Amino acid sequence: MTTALVKQATTVGTEPYATRLDHVSKSFGRAGSGQLVLDDVSLDVAPGEFVTLLGASGCGKSTLLNLVAGLDLPSAGAIDVPGGRPALMFQEHALFPWLTAGKNIELALKMRGMPKAERRGEAERLLELVRLTGAYGKRVHELSGGMRQRVALARALAQDSQLLLMDEPFAALDAITRDVLHEELTRIWAETNVSVLFVTHNVREAVRLAERVVLMSSRPGRIAREWRIDIPQPRRIEDAAVADLSVEITEELRGEIRRHGQH
Amino acid sequence: MASTETGVPGATDTSGGDPSARTKVSKDDHLAGLEAGLDALETRSEERVSLGSVLLSKLVPPLVAVVLVITVWQFAAVSGIKPDYVLPGPLDVWRSIEAMWLEGTLLGYIWTSVSRGALGFVVSVAIGTPLGLLVARVKVVRAAIGPILSGLQSLPSVAWVPAAIIWFGLTDATIYAVVLLGAVPSIANGLVAGVDQIPPLYLRAGRTIGATGVNGIRHVLLPAALPGYLAGLKQGWAFSWRSLMAAELIASSPDLGTGLGQLMENFRTYSDMSGVLATIILILIVGIGIDLLFFSPLERRVLRSRGLLVRS
Repeated sequence: MTTALVKQATTVGTEPYATRLDHVSKSFGRAGSGQLVLDDVSLDVAPGEFVTLLGASGCGKSTLLNLVAGLDLPSAGAIDVPGGRPALMFQEHALFPWLTAGKNIELALKMRGMPKAERRGEAERLLELVRLTGAYGKRVHELSGGMRQRVALARALAQDSQLLLMDEPFAALDAITRDVLHEELTRIWAETNVSVLFVTHNVREAVRLAERVVLMSSRPGRIAREWRIDIPQPRRIEDAAVADLSVEITEELRGEIRRHGQH
Repeated sequence: MASTETGVPGATDTSGGDPSARTKVSKDDHLAGLEAGLDALETRSEERVSLGSVLLSKLVPPLVAVVLVITVWQFAAVSGIKPDYVLPGPLDVWRSIEAMWLEGTLLGYIWTSVSRGALGFVVSVAIGTPLGLLVARVKVVRAAIGPILSGLQSLPSVAWVPAAIIWFGLTDATIYAVVLLGAVPSIANGLVAGVDQIPPLYLRAGRTIGATGVNGIRHVLLPAALPGYLAGLKQGWAFSWRSLMAAELIASSPDLGTGLGQLMENFRTYSDMSGVLATIILILIVGIGIDLLFFSPLERRVLRSRGLLVRS
């Protein structure tokens, strides 16, 4: 908890939020008759805050991230991201296979406008941050799944954005690697001051990582309930407190899912 | 034995240092060590194959095949099922090539054709690349000329020769026109296929890091489309070479330099079957040689660097 307080105190910026969703709705297909995916979602992520969005399939959590990332436009409502273009991490690493790990990061630095002379050093620094010193010249296919996601994280951090969006980034990893990356992400989040909006369908993962868990209902996606997690970091996914809260949230989540079977 | 098995009850721990020092290791180092272990476990090292075994597996089978074909050919020739001037043996053909070599004309013929093919190919790339990009990225253009472009690929380029002769006469322009009409569609189509096969995720990832517009094309779209583009170039070369031979064979005139196509036509007028066969072999060797020396290594290099080529 103390780390979170420090982070908030040192965050600069005039806005009291890293992103604000104001009565956002999104439907696909024809206007009016289209399918409503997000229905009147309002959500603030505070600067330096770690929020997980939790929900079953069809709750529109990935759609919501795409909207915040600016890859798509809302049908109604407004989204404000005062820190500029947010960084986005996917379930797949999405690294470019024609570039080395280091050059992938450097491309993000270049797009952000960093002069050529500084890029190499910054890329090395970011690789060190995700503990991949020495991976600079490695091709993507030479790295393991966990290493690829760490390079992807380093590339996302290279954008130097105030907001990091993560779309189930660890879902495809094995349990051991995922566990280690949870620890890494918690550490890096504490070190970098970045705000995180993390989408997952894994309740324990949500509780393990976040300061706040937001539960979404499905079809259309609405915010159902939220929990503030006061368990001190570093947590472990096996902690009793994490497990207890996970049981409670899972019950809510199942309740939301059950409603769809009653027609 | 026991000294290597740490963690087994009763075995001595030989991993180094006194136990009190090891308990002082911070939690952070602990995580770093765990991660390094995971990385090491999950990374496979690529083994290098020795040059000898590569030669053995890549060079010997085609050589054996060639020797086999020549042997069958030789038997057919000496058996006398056809007279010499219809079916000359491998030795007669070899003498034909040798004679041209001794006259000092052989390399000249080859160079005339190769330089035409190369120039035609380079110009085709210069036209086909922007054309392919346009078709791949602009919906209206694709709807308008996409089907025509792929249809053109199935049109034998020899069909253009009569038209080109009427337009340009017996000049180099005729030859280049036929080469371009053959190669441009296949290069453009290769690029279109390359762009179509790009996983959408790369484009999304590119947009998130801010690679949009020209930057997106240069840093994401083109490199991502490179494997398909290279396949198109390779095919484009084959089409250039084929079209060139068709053009040279038909549009032959003393004003035009003698390339392999004209050479073959000359041999035909003298009913010199050895010469005709010798020229066919030369055309084949040049076509295969350029693919083997230039396009295949390039393609393999690109695929391997992306981990798309698995050694079997």
